[in-house]
Amino acid sequence: MILTAMTLFLCAAMIGAALFAVLGRSLPIAILAAGLVSLVASILFLVMAAPDVAMTEAAIGSGLTTFLFFFVLGRVRRGEND
Amino acid sequence: MIKRVIALTLLAGLGLLFLGLLLDYRPDTDLNLSARYYAERTAPDLGAANIVTAIVVTYRGLDTLGEVTVLFLSATIVGLVLALGRRRGQAPAGLAPVGELLTTGSRMLTPLILLLGAYVFVNGHLTPGGGFQGGAILASGILLLLLADPLRHFSHGLISAVESLAGVFYVAIGLAGLVWAGGFLDNRILPLGDLGALFSAGAIPVIYSLIGLKVGAEFASMLASLAETEEL
Repeated sequence: MILTAMTLFLCAAMIGAALFAVLGRSLPIAILAAGLVSLVASILFLVMAAPDVAMTEAAIGSGLTTFLFFFVLGRVRRGEND
Repeated sequence: MIKRVIALTLLAGLGLLFLGLLLDYRPDTDLNLSARYYAERTAPDLGAANIVTAIVVTYRGLDTLGEVTVLFLSATIVGLVLALGRRRGQAPAGLAPVGELLTTGSRMLTPLILLLGAYVFVNGHLTPGGGFQGGAILASGILLLLLADPLRHFSHGLISAVESLAGVFYVAIGLAGLVWAGGFLDNRILPLGDLGALFSAGAIPVIYSLIGLKVGAEFASMLASLAETEEL
């Protein structure tokens, strides 16, 4: 019962973060929200007893991709200043 | 307006599709035939505590070799495309300064991140995780270094040497399995050891460490060429 409630809460948080990433005005916050979607997804994988998939999602989806987006954002901003 | 209606209709259709799947879903009460084989035979046959790793590295080892090859090809193509715009000589002026917080934080965190990545792929046969996850963690450590100092230069020679040597040894271990054990990528060319020990499960830790280094080097080479590219 508690597990179901937690899963539903996590799903709601995931949808909220995804909407925030798409509709939000600020790019850095949108990137963070997209990373949050992956982080919550990896927690959900863990709840569903798939720790290996959860680790992949956390390392690539929420770690590497977020870093990469920030890196590219920095370069795009630098280009705008030229 | 029309576009929005079409998008909403598509979303609603997708939702209905998933709803149908969800309403039909009944969890299995027992394992199916192949799942039961893997669950029962992994520990006695291969000596690996983590069944997922045993499937990825040994039972379906050829698929993993294919995945690593796909990643290698994409890293090569990214390097090839980006090499055309590679920065020559002096770095461009007018870079925004990187904050003190990021510089100091990355100095403290990078060794820990690299250590965690190595831990994840060395322990792939015991705990969740393995070569791909560990390699991605290694690469995120490299990316943190790049974020803190965008002009840092990484030795492409070293990265490609690590990448190629890991690939060669991976295939060599696979061929050794063909000669001294049951087939290509069979892990029983080394003693199986005790279930749950670090040096156990035959060649699985060796293979997964090689995969981890290879994946990490591939991601790192992509990131380094991305960082060194001046124009796109």
